[in-house]
Amino acid sequence: MAPFMDPPPLTSVDTALTAHTTATPALVAPEPEHCPGPESNLAGKDDACAGCPNQAICASAPKGPDPDIPIITQRLAGIKHKILVLSGKGGVGKSTFSTLLAHAFASNSANTVGIMDTDICGPSIPKMMGVEAETIHVTSTGWEPVWVSDNLGVMSVQFMLPNRDDAVIWRGAKKNGLIKRFLMDVEWGSMDYLVVDTPPGTSDEHLSVNSYLKESGVDGAVLVTTPQEVALLDVRKEIDFCKKAGIRILGLVENMSGFVCPKCTHTSEIFRATTGGGRRLAQDMKIPFLGAVPLDSRIGMACDFGESFFDNFPDSPTCKALKEVVKNVGKEMGVKEEDVLGEDMFPHVKTLTASSVSSAKEESPVATPLAQARKVLGNDTLEAQRAVIEVRNDAVKYVDTATTYANYSKDQAVEALTENERLKMKVAKLEREGILEQREFMHTT
Amino acid sequence: MSLKDVKHIALVLSGKGGVGKSSVTTQLALTLSLHGYSVGVLDVDLTGPSIPRFFGVEKEKVRQAPGGWIPVPVHEQQTESQNGNGHAVGSGHGSLHCMSLGFLLANRGDAVVWRGPKKTAMVRQFLSDVHWGTLDYLLIDTPPGTSDEHISLVETLLKEATSEQMAGAVIVTTPQAISISDVKKEINFCRKTGVQILGVIENMAGFVCPNCSECTNVFSKGGGRVMAQEFEVPFLGSVPIDPMFIRLIEEGRRPVYPEGTVVDGQAIATNAESEELDTGLLVDKYTACSLHPLFDGMVKELITTIER
Repeated sequence: MAPFMDPPPLTSVDTALTAHTTATPALVAPEPEHCPGPESNLAGKDDACAGCPNQAICASAPKGPDPDIPIITQRLAGIKHKILVLSGKGGVGKSTFSTLLAHAFASNSANTVGIMDTDICGPSIPKMMGVEAETIHVTSTGWEPVWVSDNLGVMSVQFMLPNRDDAVIWRGAKKNGLIKRFLMDVEWGSMDYLVVDTPPGTSDEHLSVNSYLKESGVDGAVLVTTPQEVALLDVRKEIDFCKKAGIRILGLVENMSGFVCPKCTHTSEIFRATTGGGRRLAQDMKIPFLGAVPLDSRIGMACDFGESFFDNFPDSPTCKALKEVVKNVGKEMGVKEEDVLGEDMFPHVKTLTASSVSSAKEESPVATPLAQARKVLGNDTLEAQRAVIEVRNDAVKYVDTATTYANYSKDQAVEALTENERLKMKVAKLEREGILEQREFMHTT
Repeated sequence: MSLKDVKHIALVLSGKGGVGKSSVTTQLALTLSLHGYSVGVLDVDLTGPSIPRFFGVEKEKVRQAPGGWIPVPVHEQQTESQNGNGHAVGSGHGSLHCMSLGFLLANRGDAVVWRGPKKTAMVRQFLSDVHWGTLDYLLIDTPPGTSDEHISLVETLLKEATSEQMAGAVIVTTPQAISISDVKKEINFCRKTGVQILGVIENMAGFVCPNCSECTNVFSKGGGRVMAQEFEVPFLGSVPIDPMFIRLIEEGRRPVYPEGTVVDGQAIATNAESEELDTGLLVDKYTACSLHPLFDGMVKELITTIER
């Protein structure tokens, strides 16, 4: 039976708002303000504890190290490198960067990579990996992560929600409990890399992840920011948090730095770096600057569709910048450069250059299936993407994918499917004529 | 009890981070102020308080009075003023005050690493221990997610404020599907807790290249409107990315646009006559921003809905 979060039995607003916390030890009432925490050494003895119904329970509960931590350490013993992806600010691209990092590591088929999504209120990782509709498989040894490909696994609270749009209205202590279960019950097995995506801010989730992983050791944290001061303000706080919590900072990545207009190729700054941007901040705080990644509207599209940006748009300047960042992350972790990325990051490219798409070959020597499709089907990137998705998946999956996205109603999805059939026939026709080599399309993983 | 003289309270919510809640709150506050209302802004984002920076009052300190804190003034009430030539140099506007944890931090780089109960206590204090005084509108800027701050905010408001005072929530999103899926959760949160949804604002919908005026949809398009239809909530409008607004907030410089800029059918005229372009109040400089007419329309619609 897959682990399932029962929808809270809501009869009144109060029930929703006072969903009581579960913590160790078992409390009989919600924690008071200024509670030191039931697991802390001051539990039951602090000034704030006076008058709290839990005081006796907290005071008499056994103190000392949490007995679950050795279990967690054992579970994670098979993971060689653990990386946290942090940022004080929301919306800078943590989840996007986590997926891109994971895809990059997974491009080397010798690596086994996992992503853990600890953002309980806004779990985006399953959608970005294209596995939103999956559920967790429970085995006798633990929970099995959802495998996106042979060597890339995902774990997120999204898989446990009965309804995708359900709000997770939990207080901090309950969220901590879930993160602990992720660490204790998930069977990660032996892995090369575990990327931990975190929510914005510096709160319960970050404190728990840090305390649970302290013993098993984290290689470090990668901080993501955008160039403007509003973001840097929050990232400074995150750096302060890392220093206070003793987390090693692998470096700072500046995302959305610069935008290249697809029409006139003029570079403009959407998020102006008035105080020197990420580079200056890294210098001031004496942390490594891992690189600046420009804004590409196709990243957003790839994430919405659950596709890998690297695979679909390898010729984008953003891609090159990202590869540099990934290499720098590897360097900071002390991993050999050739082990980080696949030796040939786009294995299908070699076969394509020998393909018979003459016009595509003239324009760019490395033509991916998407680039090919775009060439023959038209310049509308979305059309071409659909065509690629369609050729890879079967029709039923496409309708499901289409209704997942907010941009389609059920009727529109059916209409898109009909249009898709037309595209499918067009692609089949081109294959028969030898303009598109069917082999190449099927080759992509 | 300190909220008793506040006429209307509106929350600005979004499940997703980085969609522009603080930007939207700032602009709504400035626009409401330009309509002559007295406005207060409460920043409940405890771990990442951005409102002081948006209003340019980062260096101010909160003053204490018997019984509570006094919110930091951004600008006082002012009637329309004119210079010698008869040109209006200051727009008439209502007073604007704000309150944020940012003012209470010793160092702007200090991390606020608090667990849930302490955050809950802080939110309660902000609502009950601040002398808001008489306000027409109190806007509350929230952090992303559906967590302790939101739960305690709604809890405290249900206790302290009457249902006539609670105007509802404005939801902010960006057009792409990733944001939409998080924002849907926020809408469900509002439904569960009985907070009325005043409308959805789709932010960062398009970027106009300053060189060739080609509008690129950097974060996809259309998602906000479709979601509003799906959940049967009003759709207030789409707001593009305007680098001039960002420049106004970051550097304090008055927005200037190249000749012939048209936004939403209205030509933006850069008044070359103003000598003091970069001095003056934020609210006056904001009137030159291309986003101002968009927010003007949205605020008018909101006022009609709220005061019905």
